[in-house]
Amino acid sequence: MYEHDVIVVGAGGAGLRAAIAAHEEGADVALVSKLHPVRSHTGAAEGGINAALRDGDDWTDHAYDTMKGSDYLGDAPAIETLCETSPEEVIQLEHWGMPFSREDDGRVSQRPFGGLSFPRTTYAGAETGHHLLHTMYEQVVKRGIKVYDEFYVMDLAVTDEADPEDRSCHGCVAYDIKNGEIVGFEASDGVILATGGDGQAFDHTTNAVANTGDGPAMAYRAGVPVEDMEFVQFHPTTLPSTGVLISEGVRGEGGILYNAEGERFMFEYGYANNAGELASRDVVSRAELTEVNEGRGVDDEYVYLDMRHLGDERILDRLENILHLAEDFEGVDGLVEPMPVKPGQHYHMGGIETNEHGETCVSGLYAAGECACVSVHGSNRLGGNALPELIVFGARAGYHAAGRDYGEALIETGPSAAIEQEDDLGAPVEPGALGPTDDDVAADGGEKAADGGQLTGTTETVHAAVERQRQRVERLKERDGRNHAEIRQKLQKAMTRWVNVFREEEGLKKALEVIKECREEYQDVAVSDPSGTYNTDLIHTIETRNLIDTAETIALGALARDEFRGAHWRAEHQERKDDEWLKHTMVQWNEGTPELYYTDVILEGAEKTYEPKVRSY
Amino acid sequence: MSTQVTEQEQAEAEEESTHQRRRLAEKAERQEVRDRMRERAETDLERADTVFDLKVFRYDPDIPEKEDPRFDTFPVPFTKGMTVLDALMYARDHYDSSLTFRHSCRQAVCGSDALFVNGTQHLGCKTQVVDLGDSEGVPGQIRVEPLPHQEVVKDLVVDMEHFYDQMDAVEPYFDADELPSGELEEQRQTRENREKIKMSARCIWCGACMSSCNIAAGDNEYLGPAAINKAYKFAMDDREGENRKQERLEIIEQEHGVWRCQTQFSCTEVCPKDIPLTEHIQELKREAVKNNLKFW
Ligand SMILES: Cc1cc2nc3c(=O)[nH]c(=O)nc-3n(C[C@H](O)[C@H](O)[C@H](O)COP(=O)(O)OP(=O)(O)OC[C@H]3O[C@@H](n4cnc5c(N)ncnc54)[C@H](O)[C@@H]3O)c2cc1C
Ligand code: SF4
Ligand code: FES
Repeated sequence: MYEHDVIVVGAGGAGLRAAIAAHEEGADVALVSKLHPVRSHTGAAEGGINAALRDGDDWTDHAYDTMKGSDYLGDAPAIETLCETSPEEVIQLEHWGMPFSREDDGRVSQRPFGGLSFPRTTYAGAETGHHLLHTMYEQVVKRGIKVYDEFYVMDLAVTDEADPEDRSCHGCVAYDIKNGEIVGFEASDGVILATGGDGQAFDHTTNAVANTGDGPAMAYRAGVPVEDMEFVQFHPTTLPSTGVLISEGVRGEGGILYNAEGERFMFEYGYANNAGELASRDVVSRAELTEVNEGRGVDDEYVYLDMRHLGDERILDRLENILHLAEDFEGVDGLVEPMPVKPGQHYHMGGIETNEHGETCVSGLYAAGECACVSVHGSNRLGGNALPELIVFGARAGYHAAGRDYGEALIETGPSAAIEQEDDLGAPVEPGALGPTDDDVAADGGEKAADGGQLTGTTETVHAAVERQRQRVERLKERDGRNHAEIRQKLQKAMTRWVNVFREEEGLKKALEVIKECREEYQDVAVSDPSGTYNTDLIHTIETRNLIDTAETIALGALARDEFRGAHWRAEHQERKDDEWLKHTMVQWNEGTPELYYTDVILEGAEKTYEPKVRSY
Repeated sequence: MSTQVTEQEQAEAEEESTHQRRRLAEKAERQEVRDRMRERAETDLERADTVFDLKVFRYDPDIPEKEDPRFDTFPVPFTKGMTVLDALMYARDHYDSSLTFRHSCRQAVCGSDALFVNGTQHLGCKTQVVDLGDSEGVPGQIRVEPLPHQEVVKDLVVDMEHFYDQMDAVEPYFDADELPSGELEEQRQTRENREKIKMSARCIWCGACMSSCNIAAGDNEYLGPAAINKAYKFAMDDREGENRKQERLEIIEQEHGVWRCQTQFSCTEVCPKDIPLTEHIQELKREAVKNNLKFW
């Protein structure tokens, strides 16, 4: 058993910032991460980080742009906190030595980005995330903060009172990947989840293989609701074989999209008669998929993005990085042939419900970064707004866990904030639990015993959690059965087919049926590698379980929300329904059965109240 | 506590552990899951135009049958754009789920899949299978081994601790002599200075350079190209100030620092981020001379 004041799970941008903050506040803090910190996916971010730094810009404008971009599903207190704090956090990074791109006067550079009324995207070449991640890790090393790397967190140690709002978190259980030991981590002041995205729920994503939604799944099963899970962002230009992102810069410079027939479909088929290729991400993604679905895709899968006409010189000058990506990851020379592209999952707006201090409804449990939903992105994230979220809310969670008093939160969390309950969703299958005889839901033992009130002590709660995970691992390793990869693939395919850019009622229902099948098949899952050394088979098997749980909440939320808002498009419902849907979707784990309820969106900020308007650019 | 109980406990524990070892060994041999997985692969193989052999180094100290290092060969159906990492994932997901390697980003930024492919250090995710082929394009065989000169943990996973320790040894964090007074005032840096450190800041800690370096292989204490490059990043950054630079030069010009480098360029050749490592090391040597410091 390891003991620390604050345990941070995950060492990407959000986790590192949280750890530094808790340390500054005087706490003994440890980072527990399944990857070495510098391997975290934050390193892949390219474009930049938004902050109102310059004369002529103001954080309130940033807040307005963000609220509008969110399609009025963001919470004003969170958005205002993000935009007001982002400048000092970005300058902090500069003071820590982050190698930002520079202007002639030596100040950091900023550039324009989609949906922003001022060029406020600060960047470091096309490698902003890499530099941000390394700069913060350097500060962690400087402060001597303890890092447990290659420790896979399997579960949280949460007490089991019947009402989640009465529960408290006392630590977590991790699997030491190098030697197979299962160890308890006890946290006297709090556990902060910063586990990143869950793009692996889809079979085509810009996300890393490690982005498997572990944090949301663990928090969800411990009783914390997950919020707005149906809002998943898809990016229109990713390479077909790997999902590697081809930056919007190509279309910005004049790149053209063609279908298999050689037609410039954005105009030819009237998807965006004015903006053409430069229409917003969701519009272009939908256009590409329509082409493929109507038989005009290349190899029934993708379309072409052509930049050859820009000329070698211009390409080499401004898009050199893209040439490398196309060459290295697709084997295509962008100077002589068009690049194949298709839409891919990119970012998850939804996640673990938190307030603006990073707290969840379970005391002592915090979340920050892409795994969390404090609700700054609402139904659609603006480019360059995820990185400031990591540092602003990572820091706040760290400070708060270590004892800083931020006063009463303006955002309410937990089931008591519910405004209404969804009783009959018309789902084709009973989601979640597999029947009265099996309260384990997926029968791998990764389950919380929520009988009520048996676990109330600190150490005792951690010990019980360790014991449960020990049994789980033993069971998975001893029995024979299916390999998880087959189930994971089936889940990913179903999500990409039916819960993608296009969503239809029938498809969403099919997805829920397949998710249920995956759950059933997962009952027989087994780890065939019995080794205690670096057992990735075991880890991937547990991750797959987490993906099933998060995928289900995405599909359920999408089926329930019968409107078209932001990234969430529904065939049968082509308008934004403000009267009915200015509310957050919450999914709560009720002994294995997901329960849906709603909370109010907070449009009232300290500065002003944001009136929903039509979103046009 | 009496000795008798202890002995009995010990005997029980031993029995338990023999029992467990046997169970694990049995499990390792069980074919059912493998057969199922192979079945899935067979349809792919039938459909594929081209199939190539992926030969992979295997070793697991924890399983008696796998204690002796060996190579396993997996037939992999070739698809356009396939990388060495894709091939490894295919083999793992269709033949043997115990096949172990690190990977995450699939786009050459996380640095976790540096491997020894056909005798050279490569990032698995950045290496196209066709590029390893004969003139026809697709290779008959690809051989994948763990990075040389590093202790193998299991299959293709090597112990990175030594690499991390060397990184730590150069005090790898920014440390300005003084910061601007206003909270929202940034430190000024010229474009030229930023350009100067740009390449050094690209390092993704993959360890390929260290693994390719003969000197590092012979001298365990040599800081190695990646750590020296890290020191370069800070020493050349004008924002840090002269005092700190002096201290940094002292670190890199110690006995196992820059003077060990014999400019063989192997690190520069294998670096997947094209960092001019040897040049950076040479430049630091010159800086050290300018500072009139000792030669070893
Ligand atoms: C290709 C790409 C480009 C992007 N570009 C931009 C951009 O230009 N601007 C912008 O603002 N945003 C961008 N984004 C989004 C942004 O980069 C991410 O949202 C953000 O980096 C996520 O950071 P994080 O700290 O939440 O998670 P991550 O960086 O993913 O870190 C997650 C951490 O959690 C750990 N972890 C996960 N599960 C476990 C577990 N079970 N046990 C222990 N540890 C665990 C991992 O090891 C890792 O350390 C981009 C995203 C992608 C994919
Ligand atoms: S310098 Fe290059 S080869 Fe060495 S660790 Fe860094 S990226 Fe890898
Ligand atoms: S998988 Fe990240 S560098 Fe290759």
